[in-house]
Amino acid sequence: MDNELASLGVIFTEFYYWVTVVFMFLIHAGFCVYEVGVSRRKNHMHTLMKNTMIIPLVTITFFYFGWWIYFAFPNGPGIVGGLLSAPWATPWSELMGPHMGGAPVSATLTTDDTAFWSRINGVFWAAFLLFSWTAASIVSGACIERIRSGGFWILAVLLGSFCWIIDAAWGWHPDGWMVQILGYHDAYASGVIHAIAGGFALGVLIVLGARIGRFKKDGTPRVIAPQNPWLVTIGLFLIYTGFWGFYAACNVPMIDVQAGDGVFFSATNIYLSPTSLSAITFNFLMSLSGGLLMAYVVSKGDAFWTYSGGLAGIIAASAGNDLYHPIQAMLVAAGGVFFMYKMHYWVERRFKIDDAVGAVAVHGYAGFYGVVMAGFMLWGYPTSPNPEYALITPWGNFIGAIIMFGVLGFLPGFIGATILNKFGMLRIPREIELVGLDVTTEILAEEESHAIVEAEKAYAHEVGLIK
Amino acid sequence: MSTGSFESWTGTITDIGPLYPFVGTELVLSIVGIVCWIGWHIWQYYFEKAEYEEEVKKCSVILEKRISEE
Repeated sequence: MDNELASLGVIFTEFYYWVTVVFMFLIHAGFCVYEVGVSRRKNHMHTLMKNTMIIPLVTITFFYFGWWIYFAFPNGPGIVGGLLSAPWATPWSELMGPHMGGAPVSATLTTDDTAFWSRINGVFWAAFLLFSWTAASIVSGACIERIRSGGFWILAVLLGSFCWIIDAAWGWHPDGWMVQILGYHDAYASGVIHAIAGGFALGVLIVLGARIGRFKKDGTPRVIAPQNPWLVTIGLFLIYTGFWGFYAACNVPMIDVQAGDGVFFSATNIYLSPTSLSAITFNFLMSLSGGLLMAYVVSKGDAFWTYSGGLAGIIAASAGNDLYHPIQAMLVAAGGVFFMYKMHYWVERRFKIDDAVGAVAVHGYAGFYGVVMAGFMLWGYPTSPNPEYALITPWGNFIGAIIMFGVLGFLPGFIGATILNKFGMLRIPREIELVGLDVTTEILAEEESHAIVEAEKAYAHEVGLIK
Repeated sequence: MSTGSFESWTGTITDIGPLYPFVGTELVLSIVGIVCWIGWHIWQYYFEKAEYEEEVKKCSVILEKRISEE
C-alpha cells in the first residue's frame, strides 16, 4: 500500500467485493419473501424465522471454521496433498479483524501478504459467506411447513459452513484438487452452490417426508399452490437482482493475467482465467431469457414455474457462462429448464417427494445439468491458467457433478437428517402441523385482542360513554 | 493508557497492525464465541421442545374450534 497504483488495485478490489455483498443480501431477502409467499398463513412467522436465523448461525460458524476450510482443504486433504496453512483465515488470526497490515502475524506470511489480507479478508470472507446463506436458504424452502427450526438450523450450519465450502476448496479454488486432476470447470457455481444445495435438500426431504395431505392414498400428488403470488413474484425478482451480485462476486475484478514478462490486466473467474464483466452480463441475461422462455412453454404459462425457470436457466448455464456465446447460454439454459421441470414431476410421482418450492429441481437438477453441459461445450479448454492442470472434459465435469450433487450434497443431507430424526429433532409434531406452526402466536394475538376490547369497554363505562 | 496497541495515528500506520482493543486475546475470544454458538443450539433445543409440548396440549381444542367455525 505504499504506491498509488498498487493501493488503487487493492482498494478497488476491496470496494468491488463489498458492493457484491450488498447486492447478494437481496438474495436472502428474496428467499425469505418467497418462502412466506409459498407457505400457508398458519405457518408464516415460523417460515420467516427459520430462514432469517440462517443469517447469524451460518455467519458465526463461517467465521469460526468455514473460511479456514476454503484455504486449508484444496488438496482434499489426502487426495493430492495435506492440509494447507492458512494463517489469515483462522478465527484467532489478527487478520480476521480490523488491521492496517504491517509486520507479518505468522512465519508463513510475507509483509505483502499481510498488507493484502488486512484489506481483502473481510470482504472476500463476506462474499463467500453470502454464498453459504444462499446454499442453506435453498434447502430451507424445500422443507417448509413441517421441519423443526432447531433441526433445520443444524443442517444449515452443516451445509453452509462445512459441506459447500469443502466443495469450493475442491472445485472452486485455483488450486483445488478437482481443478488440477479433473479439469473441473464451474465458473458461476452451477455445481458448487446449486447442485450441492439441491442434492442436500433431496437427502433431507427423503427422511423428512411429505406434508400431511400432499399425496392421495394412491400416491397421486395434490397441489398446495403458493398462497401469495405477489410475494412470490417480489421474492423471485429480488433473487434475480441479488444474482447479479452473486455473478460479480464469482470474479476477481482486476489482476495481471499475462503469463511471462508482459502485462495485461483483466477480470478473471475464480480459477484466475480471464473473463470480463461484459461477458457475464451478456450471458446472465441471455440465460435468464432462455430459462423464462422454455419454462413458459413447458409449464404452459404457469407463473410460479416461469419465474423459477428464469432462475433455473441462469443456474443451468452458469458453469460455462464465462466462456459461452450468449446464444449458446440461452440454448443451454432452455435445455436445463426442460430437464429440471420434467425431472421434478417424475421424481415427485415416482418417489413421493414433497419439495414445496421446487428447490431440488431449480437448483439441484439444473445445477447438475449445467456442470455436465459445460464439460461438453468447453471440451478441451483450459480451466486454469496453470498449464500443468487438466483440461476441461465431459467426464471430468460429470464426475464433478456427481461429487457436488451426490457426495457433498445428497449424502450429508440424508445422513444429517437421519441422525436428527433418530433424536426426534427433525419433524414437528403432527398435531402442530395440522393447526399450524404459528399456533402460539395466533392464540396470544387473539387473547391480547380480546383483552384490549374488554379494556376499551371498561374505559367507555368508566367515562360514561356507554352504560 | 489505552486498551489498544496504539495511542496516536501519527506514527507509521503499518506499524499499528491490529486496530481492535485487547490484542492478544484472540484465542480466548474464539473459544468464547464457539461456546456461545453451541450453547445457543442447546438452549434453542430445550426451548423448542417445551414450546411444542405446550402447544400439542392445545391442538385438539383449536382443531375442534376451527371445524365448528367452518
